[in-house]
Amino acid sequence: MAGYRTPLSRALGLGSAKHGATHWISERVSSVALVPLTIWVAYAVIRLASGDYATAVHWVADPLNATLLVLTFAVAFAHMHAGMRVVVEDYIQKTLSKSAILLVNFFVCGLAGTLAIVSILKVAFSGAGAL
Amino acid sequence: MTDAARRTREPPLSPHLQVWRWHITMACSILHRATGVALYVGALIAAGWAVALAAGPDAYGAYKSLLGTPVGLVVMFGLTLSWTFHLANGVRHLVWDTGHAFDLKSANASAVLVLAFALAATVSLFGIAAMTGAI
Repeated sequence: MAGYRTPLSRALGLGSAKHGATHWISERVSSVALVPLTIWVAYAVIRLASGDYATAVHWVADPLNATLLVLTFAVAFAHMHAGMRVVVEDYIQKTLSKSAILLVNFFVCGLAGTLAIVSILKVAFSGAGAL
Repeated sequence: MTDAARRTREPPLSPHLQVWRWHITMACSILHRATGVALYVGALIAAGWAVALAAGPDAYGAYKSLLGTPVGLVVMFGLTLSWTFHLANGVRHLVWDTGHAFDLKSANASAVLVLAFALAATVSLFGIAAMTGAI
């Protein structure tokens, strides 16, 4: 075990799995998408805040608004899952706690994101019928 | 070097946070994480809005008035501030990713710019909200 292995033999097989950049790139792609999407959401929040339920349903029933809402939820939940994952990986050291929190992070993002998208689609497809 | 010799050497430890002088680039880095975590909660609040809308007029009305209470407005103000900061600082990071403006002078200047933008944009958005009857 001591000193007989060459540096090369110790390093072989321990390197990158050649997909290390995927997480990094997906974070950047989602951030670029979220710049216009969240600016649009800020406009939407101010608009809908002064209206009532009927205003909101009518607004969501517009195909463009429904599409942008679904995209915003999908990209935002993917982005926040990736971001929280990095935070957890940085600060939680124990393998079991880390795995458990990462699992909760994944389930919370998956559940809340899907719930939000299905809710938007329900309102979008039932349109004025929901009133 | 042998494996045994390598194992006996202690790994270097990062300097503790308390021995660092606070500077604006460091504050922005920490704030980026903190606002990211805050926006995590904000996204869950937004998901709750969508669920309430799908649940019907009563649920939607209750959810909307909850966000309109003083506590709700303070949360919305905090989320707006978190969003404007995370947005501007995120763009700052994207610029760095292209290899530009990563020197100390530019990093300090862009940090001031990002903080100023976050405050100004948040106050402006709440001003617009008040003028359009949103609050």
